[in-house]
Amino acid sequence: MSNDTTRPQAWWQRIAHPGQFVAWSAPLLWPLTLLTAVLFALGLWFSFFNSPQDYQMGDTVRIMYVHVPNAWLSQFVYAMMAVSALGTLVWRHPLADVSMKAAAPLGALFTALALFTGALWGRPTWGTFWEWDGRMTSTLVLLFIYLGIIALWRAFDDQLRAARVIAVFTLVGAINIPIIKFSVDWWSTLHQPASVFRPDGPTMPGSILTPLFMMFFAFTLLFLVLHLKAMHTEIKRRRVMTLQRKLAQGASA
Amino acid sequence: MSAFLAMLQRELRLALRGGGDVLTLMLFFVIVGAIVPFAVGPDQTLLASIAPGIVWIAAFLAMLLGLERLFRPDHEDGSLILLRHAELPLSAAITAKLIAHWLVTALPLLLASPILALLLAMDLASFWRTLISLSLGTPALAAFGAIGAAVTVPIRHGGLIAPILIAPLSVPVLIFGVGAITSPQSGAAALFLAALSLMAVALAPFVAAFAIRSAED
Repeated sequence: MSNDTTRPQAWWQRIAHPGQFVAWSAPLLWPLTLLTAVLFALGLWFSFFNSPQDYQMGDTVRIMYVHVPNAWLSQFVYAMMAVSALGTLVWRHPLADVSMKAAAPLGALFTALALFTGALWGRPTWGTFWEWDGRMTSTLVLLFIYLGIIALWRAFDDQLRAARVIAVFTLVGAINIPIIKFSVDWWSTLHQPASVFRPDGPTMPGSILTPLFMMFFAFTLLFLVLHLKAMHTEIKRRRVMTLQRKLAQGASA
Repeated sequence: MSAFLAMLQRELRLALRGGGDVLTLMLFFVIVGAIVPFAVGPDQTLLASIAPGIVWIAAFLAMLLGLERLFRPDHEDGSLILLRHAELPLSAAITAKLIAHWLVTALPLLLASPILALLLAMDLASFWRTLISLSLGTPALAAFGAIGAAVTVPIRHGGLIAPILIAPLSVPVLIFGVGAITSPQSGAAALFLAALSLMAVALAPFVAAFAIRSAED
């Protein structure tokens, strides 16, 4: 491994080396955290005090500012896990393993929050906490897939081997993402169809879109910060495990 | 082709000579179905209306129970490693295993389904639809099961994790399986179920082979 015949690495390979990655991304953590906090403060102020009530739903419409970003993240995190899974399978990159592992609990959390806020919102507006509607059911399935992946990570002893197997399963589970996306168009039941990202422009007024987008970016940044921190923790955890293993080998010899 | 047939023969022989597994699964299927009337009460009309769901749940659980023997014994005695290096591609070997698995787990369920139909007060028309829906849908269940079993085979106690992974994948099979019995457009649901099965059976051997290969190198 340590002979000098290895090719010099490209810059993108060097910055993706786990140790290097921690070194260059650690200084980013605090500014990003601050930015997230500022965006949250602004977004919350807008969504509580500077946006109109809905003429039908009244104040409950404000749940949307939490519900929609969480629902978006539940799918975005899975897409990120799927991309990381490709990185694991195609390039066998250790950082892709770490990214995949760190994203799974966060994705499960955001999915659970999307379901929870959806239930809180559904009660006053639809008159029910839960309905077996296409989008809710597929999001619940997504939560189960996340939890299954977490259970799978915990069941393996060897994390390198786990990463490849879980990457295969993550890609299989990715079938669910388009199903969630198009569920509202295929089965037009209770949940409303897309109203922000449409080819003919959003169907909401700007006074509602401003806080929505702020919360949207705040939550996405929150995920990026937490994900980065979780990746650092995982890299350190692996280093500790390697050191402990070395120590144990030295003790027995 | 002869290697494929030999593989199929080996799997069937192992399954049929390895004790009463086949009969146990049939018994499990019938017992799960028969235990529901105790829980919901012996009301004939209620039972008849939920019978398709019960039959599918029982079939789903029975198929989960049989998964453990798909790759586990071969992993433990080392023949899985031999299969990986055999001339027959691993995906072909897994296809043979999948066919054998369907023959020894799903086919007995189809044979046992008249008993459940009788116990759950089904009429003859919906019994035939149940039989068609089960025979169209169980290949997909077996294929998803093969993926789950392949993913969990390196885990020492993977028996509990495989069902958790497979259940979310099997949701469409259950939806369309029950739809092919009860819904007014049962023909369309049956076609969709058949399409799902064909796709799952065509792709699952490659996915399972890929999972097994990437776990052990």
